Amino acid sequence: MHWFANPARFMRIAETVQPWIAGLAVLCIAAGLYYGLVISPADYQQGETVRIMYVHVPAAWMSLFIYTILALASGVFLIWKHPLADIAARAAAPIGAAFTAMALITGALWGQPMWGTWWVWDARLTSVLILFFLYLGYMALVNAFDEPEHGARAGAILALVGVINVPIIKFSVDWWNTLHQPASLTRLDASAIDPAMLVPLLLMAAGFKLYFLAVLVIRMRTLLTARRIRALHMVE
Amino acid sequence: MTPKRRRLSIVVIGLVMLGTSAALVLTAFGDNLVFFFSPTDLQAKTVAPEQRIRIGGLVEQGSLEKSKDGLVANFRVTDLQNVIPVTFKGILPDLFREGQGIVAEGRLVKGSFIASEVLAKHDETYMPKEVADALKKSGKWKGAAQP
Repeated sequence: MHWFANPARFMRIAETVQPWIAGLAVLCIAAGLYYGLVISPADYQQGETVRIMYVHVPAAWMSLFIYTILALASGVFLIWKHPLADIAARAAAPIGAAFTAMALITGALWGQPMWGTWWVWDARLTSVLILFFLYLGYMALVNAFDEPEHGARAGAILALVGVINVPIIKFSVDWWNTLHQPASLTRLDASAIDPAMLVPLLLMAAGFKLYFLAVLVIRMRTLLTARRIRALHMVE
Repeated sequence: MTPKRRRLSIVVIGLVMLGTSAALVLTAFGDNLVFFFSPTDLQAKTVAPEQRIRIGGLVEQGSLEKSKDGLVANFRVTDLQNVIPVTFKGILPDLFREGQGIVAEGRLVKGSFIASEVLAKHDETYMPKEVADALKKSGKWKGAAQP
């Protein structure tokens, strides 16, 4: 952990690993899309519309996963004061916001033909919308200061407070009656998805995770370089 | 106690307090966070005649009757314990069928539900049609979608 926290070392490792992750992400997403949109069968209830799942569900998983990363990085920054943790949190936020927007939009596109409505204010949909606003609020807060370092503490506290929303989103479908159906994969008995549909879903999920890693590394390197340039200007 | 450990304990205590308060708030909201009531919930509740509510459950098998012009649908919603008759004028969603879970919004008038909107609910099961047919054939079908 501390070994990686050295920015110069991080930059060197990131440079070598990044193209590989990006390549693997493209492969996984291409394979997942082809499998999901062409090979996999239509659903017995939902017909062809079920194919929205292969984008919607992985995007929704990413929205929660990235927020957890954001909160963890913020916690590390608050406790150990690693500047790299702040950089990681800043770099992750817009990617998470994009995935959340994607989950919301594809969810609306799926809800219209299946449920008969674009949007309802049930517990799942509302808590995900709050997650989207948390991302936007975090991004606005950390960028609201002339000195980027000053926003870091306030942003980290906001990210940590918002983490309470993550279990609420996850369990909203179990705790309350919602229009949104409960989880298909994380349940006590076997998964409720046919293997022919599970394969493209997991391929897409892996692809999105790798995409996140690749973009995170690019963004972290950019932010680090921007900080270094800023520091050089200060010296002059 | 080093500053690091102090900051760690502040963060941990803060998160625990935040979790507790969130749990208390969500418990206090109770019914307000529920998107719909089941027919059994309605029996236990008193609902004002003009109050708009949502009910949810399965469309009872064999209960759907459409008017001659096809605009008005009468059916019964069940949670397998209690039943409530529903009247709806309008276009039903694609997924609407007998045995399917639905959520209807409207008012309760003299024990029957006048719906202004009907939404279809689907469950978390996904499978190809052939698999569903095979399961039904072999008798391993788990039955209708759950509400």
